[in-house]
Amino acid sequence: MPDMTTTTAGTNKVLPSTHFYVREHHPEQGTLLGFWLYLMSDCLIFASLFATYAVLGQSFAGGPSGKEIFELPLVALNTGFLLISSITYGFAMLEMQRKRVNATLLWLAVTGLLGAGFIGLELYEFTHLINEGYGPQRSGFLTAFFALVGTHGLHVTFGIIWLITLMIQVKRFGLTTENGRRLMCLSMFWHFLDVVWIGVFTFVYLMGVL
Amino acid sequence: MSEHNAHPAHGDDHNHGHDHHDDHASHGSLKDYTIGFVLSVILTAIPFWLVMGDVIADPGVTAIVILAFAAVQIVVHMIYFLHMNTESEGGWNMLALIFTVMLVAITLIGSIWVMYHLNTNMMPGMMSEPTQKM
Repeated sequence: MPDMTTTTAGTNKVLPSTHFYVREHHPEQGTLLGFWLYLMSDCLIFASLFATYAVLGQSFAGGPSGKEIFELPLVALNTGFLLISSITYGFAMLEMQRKRVNATLLWLAVTGLLGAGFIGLELYEFTHLINEGYGPQRSGFLTAFFALVGTHGLHVTFGIIWLITLMIQVKRFGLTTENGRRLMCLSMFWHFLDVVWIGVFTFVYLMGVL
Repeated sequence: MSEHNAHPAHGDDHNHGHDHHDDHASHGSLKDYTIGFVLSVILTAIPFWLVMGDVIADPGVTAIVILAFAAVQIVVHMIYFLHMNTESEGGWNMLALIFTVMLVAITLIGSIWVMYHLNTNMMPGMMSEPTQKM
């Protein structure tokens, strides 16, 4: 890769047309690669939280076990919300490709609402647990559970804030190159959160109930 | 890369084709999203059905099966939703991913392994009565 950069930099001086392509496309690819690297480092945060849960997941300290407190129908509904929001975001990206502003905004709104539904259900679950006295301070298992699932929920919350910001941007400035790039970053973020959720519902909820 | 070095004069053509490919790869198509979605629904529904319906009697077997389903679903999401392939960003995406997967595996397997042995071999009761525990 470094040798290619030097070569293109060398060609710049010879051919002005090459210069155009390099200036046009390189920043965008740089952003997407950089964002991917951020997602990978985020992956490591989740890995350490998963590892914490794996270690502390059986330390009930006389408190409830996963089998007693997890409600799988609720988790299934939540998983459905997040999964459908993944494909609706995909539809938004396809409409963006066709340069249809209103259709893009519509699908982004649907995605945001599904994300809000997900957060709503999760908050309901959390308050329900805390009201019954099963807060994060009850046992090591619950601490690890709240840390892992809460961090994921926090990511989704910030994803929704980002999504609303981008909807306003697209509404005001249209589907410019910059907004397209931002939407692609959020797309990666959103799908990444869905990937993390696969780990959560399998490792925490389904295996906790077994 | 080597072709690029050999013919620097055609750099613009090469770049153009490359960018076009990247555009296609990073946006995905309706077909991609539909295949990914259908596969994900199937790969999500089966583990939930296995656990909620108590289909397999042995919990250990169920755990392995649902972990396998999760692994497959993660790959499906990577390919159809995140549009991962070995070509994107000149292979750097894939390289970063492989590195991360390695670190994640070390973190997870290492933690579980070490802490399991700590728990089984160094329980407080074991210090006074070493014969009680195996």
